[in-house]
Amino acid sequence: MPIVDFFVAGALAIAMAIMLARLFIGPTLYDRVLALNSFGTKTVLFLVVFALMVNRADAIDIAILYALLNFISTIAILKFFRYRSLEVALTRMERGEIAKKQAEEEQKT
Amino acid sequence: MSEFLLILDRGLDILSIAAMVAGVVFVLAGAIGVMRLPDFYTRMHAAGVTDTLGAELIMLGLILQAGWSALSLKLALIGLFIFLTSPTATHAVANAAYRAGLKPLLKRYAPDSEKDGGKA
Repeated sequence: MPIVDFFVAGALAIAMAIMLARLFIGPTLYDRVLALNSFGTKTVLFLVVFALMVNRADAIDIAILYALLNFISTIAILKFFRYRSLEVALTRMERGEIAKKQAEEEQKT
Repeated sequence: MSEFLLILDRGLDILSIAAMVAGVVFVLAGAIGVMRLPDFYTRMHAAGVTDTLGAELIMLGLILQAGWSALSLKLALIGLFIFLTSPTATHAVANAAYRAGLKPLLKRYAPDSEKDGGKA
């Protein structure tokens, strides 16, 4: 079975290299974000396969952490490039509350 | 009895190898699609669709290898996370690109076909 793991890890490494190329040459920003997200998914798979290949099962915890972090970072990057700030509220209700607070502060001053 | 267990073991091995090879094929197809396709939205389709299926198939193969253990549970958790977050992230990227005004490539080889009035 380690032979299959070896081939899978090699193929994942090739796919990661292709994703890195798209990340660097991508014409638009969204190509780059997409390539980054896909690269992260492949990194998780590579970590898992590599951990089982060298019999270090501890590294799978790192893969879980990386899977969560990858998703959050993709959403954060998209939010930042949409609003040019990470402080903007995402739901309409929160936006209304923030606008209300700002109006009250302006009335005070 | 032990012969039956041996055959079962061999069958699980074959199933896991088949799942992992199929997953690798899907992952490589997604990577090649991301490199070769002409337009952002088509690239997004290649990456999103094939990544989800490829990741799940590789995870399935690894779970079949690991058997009933805590390792298997962790692998299933990673598979669940990827299954939930990968389509969500792809949708978020597509939505952000569409809201930012990135136009999809509607005609085949758009720069040439615009010259002859979009008939090609």
